[in-house]
Amino acid sequence: MDERTGGDRLPHYVSDAPFEVETVEKLTAEQERYYLASQWRLMWWRFRRHKVALVAGIILAISYGSILITEFLAPYGLESRNTGFIYAPPQAVRIVHEGRLVRPFVYGFDYRLNLETLQREYVANRGEVQPIRFLCRGDPYEFWGLIPADLHLMCPAEGGTLFLLGTDRLGRDIASRILYGARISLTVGLIGIAISFTLGIMIGGVAGYFGGWVDSVVQRVIEILRSLPELPLWMALSAAVPVTWSPLVVYFAITIILGLLDWPGLARAVRSKLLALREEDYCVAARLMGARPGRIIGRHLLPNFMSHLIASASLSIPTMILGETALSFLGLGLRPPITSWGVLLTEAQNIEAVVLYPWLLLPMVPVIVTVLAFNFFGDGLRDAADPYE
Amino acid sequence: MLSYLGRRLLTMMLTLLAISALIFAIIQLPPGDYLTSHMAELQAQGEAVAGEKIEFLRRQYGLDRPMVEQYAVWVLGLLQGDLGYSFEYNRPVSEVMGDRLLLTVVLNVATVLFIYLVSFPIGVYSATHQYSWGDHGLTFLGLLGLATPNFLLALILMYLANVLFGTSIGTMMDDRYVNAPWSVDKALSVLAHLWVPVIVIGTSGTAGMIRRLRANLLDELQKQYVVTGRAKGLPPGRLLAKYPLRMALNPFVADIGNLLPNVVSGSVIVSAVMSLQTTGPMLLRALQSQDMYLAGSFLMFLAVLTVIGMFLSDLLLAVLDPRIRLEGGTSR
Repeated sequence: MDERTGGDRLPHYVSDAPFEVETVEKLTAEQERYYLASQWRLMWWRFRRHKVALVAGIILAISYGSILITEFLAPYGLESRNTGFIYAPPQAVRIVHEGRLVRPFVYGFDYRLNLETLQREYVANRGEVQPIRFLCRGDPYEFWGLIPADLHLMCPAEGGTLFLLGTDRLGRDIASRILYGARISLTVGLIGIAISFTLGIMIGGVAGYFGGWVDSVVQRVIEILRSLPELPLWMALSAAVPVTWSPLVVYFAITIILGLLDWPGLARAVRSKLLALREEDYCVAARLMGARPGRIIGRHLLPNFMSHLIASASLSIPTMILGETALSFLGLGLRPPITSWGVLLTEAQNIEAVVLYPWLLLPMVPVIVTVLAFNFFGDGLRDAADPYE
Repeated sequence: MLSYLGRRLLTMMLTLLAISALIFAIIQLPPGDYLTSHMAELQAQGEAVAGEKIEFLRRQYGLDRPMVEQYAVWVLGLLQGDLGYSFEYNRPVSEVMGDRLLLTVVLNVATVLFIYLVSFPIGVYSATHQYSWGDHGLTFLGLLGLATPNFLLALILMYLANVLFGTSIGTMMDDRYVNAPWSVDKALSVLAHLWVPVIVIGTSGTAGMIRRLRANLLDELQKQYVVTGRAKGLPPGRLLAKYPLRMALNPFVADIGNLLPNVVSGSVIVSAVMSLQTTGPMLLRALQSQDMYLAGSFLMFLAVLTVIGMFLSDLLLAVLDPRIRLEGGTSR
């Protein structure tokens, strides 16, 4: 049957067998998992490869988890004073006593006031073993300010002490106060970033979507705000917070101040992305179908680069945590009885006291760890933010 | 170039005007003014308040006039070099500030110079020796420097200096020069004390700068023309200095816009912690006591410092890069 010799034409033929893509081009299970994964799953896979960022993320998760159960974790209450132990040094937890392994304990103190230097001297008393109790009844507290309870993860021995990081000038346990301070210091950044995020998206979105004079005005405002040194402005604004306000209101005022000056960076990022994206076909289509600007920006444009925004936001949280610490340290930010790491550090302002009792500087350790962790975490997020690259 | 200069000058003036309005609004924010709080303080101490004197002062400094008028008086005064009156010190602001302004300028300029001088060689080394031990070590140090807040670094250094050497490092000059008129010896003494605050303030800026220079230079080094140059046998040093370094230098200079506000912020808090004889501690005190003209003048001065610095860096960029001066404002 040779066509050229002019025989019958072949009839049009369509196979009745159902067409299955998978049978034609077989994907391996691995490929399939990859191609079908959602954007967030892809980002997670990519983020996971960044080991340092992963560790930083775990540290942050633990820190933020701890503020949920601070009362339980802290051996002492926020304000419990141990008047017999003013400026007591940190007590090391030991497990070996006289060559034998025993349950964790601390040595008791012998206290003596050095009459020449007026320094309080504490010496560990090797004969006095104070075993640490776990899951025990200690200082009573109100869990989240609501439920009265007295269960602690660890407490000092009956009649003994447990100052893991020493005490301050009123004999308050610094370790417990750092744990309580985390509640304020860690959330200041979150609320601040929520404010600056909202402002940045709204202002940047409006500027980028409408362009024209709105854009020019916003651009000028951003330029002015960015050319101002941030800290003196924060200082001036928080100095304006009236002394008569209640501590909680002051806390919110400070977070608002921190958030108010931080939006220009985000607004700029949103604006430049929107300027490019608003000309895309799907955006024109949405407009022609009568979608309002708010819907176009929120539903069609923002999701395109939300992950980028979140990543860059996570990089500016540490700035806010540091800002709060600096302001409180200078006495312009939060005030006792609200306790943040910055408030704890005000005790270290007196350098003579620090020389005698260096553990007053310890609250700076969580500050540095948190800031470092946020930096690494944010770096990892930023790298993972665009999984389709 | 001239038209670029003119345009840039004009925007700078407008920016400063807007900033002055913002600062005036901020220093007016606290309810009441210095005189009311001062009066309350005196009454609390059981002292008789000379009501007439207060009224006189209030009229004298225009505190009873409307806001806009007060603002106009303040700005016009600033333009003529009249910084207003410090209520707390009972002297004109310019007298109270003394040589603090000069010392602040010296401190900030020295810090910026320090950042550039240190970060440039390290950045170039890190980029040309990527993933070497030196690069890893420097990157780690840089990250640490970036994350350590400068005022905490100041605290640590002060503690160490106190424990190890038994001296206080919180000063800008030897004690005997503090209220002395300027002389060569005083200037030398300032220079001798300058390095501690400069290092403390400059650390995070240096770390950031190294990171950016390294990234920029690495981008440049991967380009085709570098490969071509190397293939044609250009000596490595010449190849580096001739093209990629110049390209990477551009963002290095342009970055002063981010750097300067940070340095000024840092210098304020570090000098407040170390109680240096610069604007920091006095600004803090003025803000706390609502000494509005003193605080306002300091804030304005810091803003002028950054804005002028950015203006200079823009000019430098325009000299370096013809694209900027030719395109002018349209490049935004």
